[in-house]
Amino acid sequence: MNRFLRDSGHLARPALVLVAGLAVFLVVRGAVIPKNFGKYGHYRPAALDLIRQHPAAFAGQDQCLACHDEQAKTRASGKHAHVACEACHGPQAPHAADFVNVKPALPDVAALCARCHENDAAKPKNFPQVVTAEHSGGVVCNTCHQPHNPHL
Amino acid sequence: MSGVEGFMYPNEVELQWSLLIVLYPYITGLVAGAFILASLERVFKVEAVKPTYRLALLTALAFLLVAPLPLQLHLGHPERSFEMYLTPHRSSAMAMFGFVYLWYLTVVLLLEIWLEYRPDIVRFAQTRTGVTRWIYKALTLGSENLSPSSLRIDDRVGYVVTVIGIPSAFLLHGYVGFIFGSVKANPWWSTPLMPVVFLFSAMTSGIAAVLVLYVISMKLRKTPIDMRCLDTVAKYLFYTFVIDFSLEMLDLVQRTYEADESFRSLDFMVHTRLWLSQVVIQIFLGTLGPLAVLAVTQLRTFSETLRRRLYITASLLTLVGIFAMRWNVVIGGQLFSKSFLGYTTYKVQFAAREGLLPAIALMILPFVLFYALVKLLPPWQEHKATEA
Ligand code: HEC
Ligand code: HEC
Ligand code: HEC
Ligand code: HEC
Repeated sequence: MNRFLRDSGHLARPALVLVAGLAVFLVVRGAVIPKNFGKYGHYRPAALDLIRQHPAAFAGQDQCLACHDEQAKTRASGKHAHVACEACHGPQAPHAADFVNVKPALPDVAALCARCHENDAAKPKNFPQVVTAEHSGGVVCNTCHQPHNPHL
Repeated sequence: MSGVEGFMYPNEVELQWSLLIVLYPYITGLVAGAFILASLERVFKVEAVKPTYRLALLTALAFLLVAPLPLQLHLGHPERSFEMYLTPHRSSAMAMFGFVYLWYLTVVLLLEIWLEYRPDIVRFAQTRTGVTRWIYKALTLGSENLSPSSLRIDDRVGYVVTVIGIPSAFLLHGYVGFIFGSVKANPWWSTPLMPVVFLFSAMTSGIAAVLVLYVISMKLRKTPIDMRCLDTVAKYLFYTFVIDFSLEMLDLVQRTYEADESFRSLDFMVHTRLWLSQVVIQIFLGTLGPLAVLAVTQLRTFSETLRRRLYITASLLTLVGIFAMRWNVVIGGQLFSKSFLGYTTYKVQFAAREGLLPAIALMILPFVLFYALVKLLPPWQEHKATEA
């Protein structure tokens, strides 16, 4: 029995290495996992505050309407009434917060309209769509349509 | 949009899983395959493949060490991968894979290699000089006991480790298949057969890789090749490949007969965008080709040189074929739209983070590691055979 123990003694060594590795892992794990991890879900609660600190990119159209009365009225009278300002103009929070210094670039009409109106079999049949190349003959859409109220 | 045909949802146009994700199942497959070949000798006592036993273990280790790298390069933040171990999400298949990987690396592979090499390590620790001596000293873990009964115990424990290792290797690679197979939104992947198909293709590629590495190392060392061993390995390659091929065909026949709502779209894809990589390279060149070559070697007798060449040809074609299979699974699964109304294209970049260049580097790395491992732990045992 003694000899057996002596001759299998070396096997304890990799086992020890493994246990030591596991112990180091557990210690590190205990040290680095933030407090309250999992309080609200599988994440650090502090992550919420970090995310809140990100500046908002979209202002929301209520803000746009407060200043851009003209476009608001035009839009409300046409078929784009339910298309949000920032769906076409992109996120404009910096502009809404400081319109004097931040002037938005106007959308690239050539690409913009096709993004929603290019003819595609997968779109609902009653959605207005055109094969842009045929429909406009290469002329930009806003030579005929007014973006804020596209009806001619 | 360039490369898009028909309708794709906006988030489908660009592929999210790139060439690097093709490498991941390919490399883990080689690990599992090489290990299973090694286990054959150990557990099923196939004496003939003994010359490849240690080689196969080192191959498995070299590839296993590289296996997580494509994933980390793909994700970008390698330091975050450690968080998967710290705070694993139990519903994440990928997080659990981390533990399967770690289990396989430490409890199975490293342990088995250590037990197998202990006599050599102790001998080197006693005979080498300088820094290498200290490396080997460290590797002995402080025990130089080589008494016959201790070696007998090692052998017995090694056997148990291998027995545990086989299901572990199955788990390791079956798991990769499971990850794809359980993406229920993707009909190209979502089949319970996926883990099994992955497993057998893994064994096929692993055996082919060991065969090639064996022949190349023997050539480099100018040592005669053990033809009995090579014949046996080639025979196993043939058998596993037949099973692998049958499973893949079963999957195909099932899909064709079932012809569910995805079938027309997938069928179209196989006939167009995947024609070259799936039909030409994977099925004809990489599967039927090597199978025919191997079948001929089983049926007729050739001279040694010719046999060797045929085996090498078959193995290289196999490696290409299995790579194509991984490609077709990973890339093919992302080329069609969930609407089944359109197809996109995948263009591999070159010198980008997920481009061809890093992929090539990642494919070379295991061979560099293999070379280093062979230097550290020489697998050659001819001298023992002659001594005995
Ligand atoms: C606080 C008032 C205010 C708010 C809120 C505001 N804007 Fe403006 N915006 C202006 C003024 C004033 C100008 C004219 C600036 C100029 O011409 O120099 C302007 C100009 C623009 C222009 C035209 C720039 C050009 O080249 O002619 C666009 C487009 C625009 N705003 C879009 C928006 C959108 C979209 C929103 C909602 C996210 C918004 N604005 C919110 C005051 C505002
Ligand atoms: C369908 C897309 C679309 C929507 C929705 C839209 N715009 Fe525009 N808007 C445009 C385009 C395109 C132009 C540029 C026209 C040009 O280049 O001549 C423009 C121009 C403007 C301008 C510059 C002055 C002008 O009238 O040409 C302002 C200001 C503006 N939009 C504000 C708004 C506000 C505020 C809203 C929301 C009430 C809004 N837009 C909604 C597409 C849109
Ligand atoms: C964000 C998506 C979006 C963009 C960008 C957009 N539209 Fe629209 N458009 C709509 C929606 C939504 C409707 C309303 C559809 C309905 O009423 O069913 C509409 C309606 C229309 C119509 C009305 C057709 C009719 O039946 O009277 C025209 C014309 C039109 N858009 C032209 C344009 C042009 C020109 C542009 C580029 C300046 C453009 N649209 C950009 C979403 C968009
Ligand atoms: C040469 C003038 C002209 C240009 C340029 C033009 N359109 Fe029109 N578009 C029209 C006229 C006229 C109609 C209404 C007649 C009709 O219903 O066929 C119309 C109708 C539409 C409709 C409604 C179709 C429907 O089925 O309800 C859409 C959408 C539209 N246009 C989008 C665009 C887009 C996008 C562009 C830019 C690529 C564009 N148009 C450029 C003249 C033009």
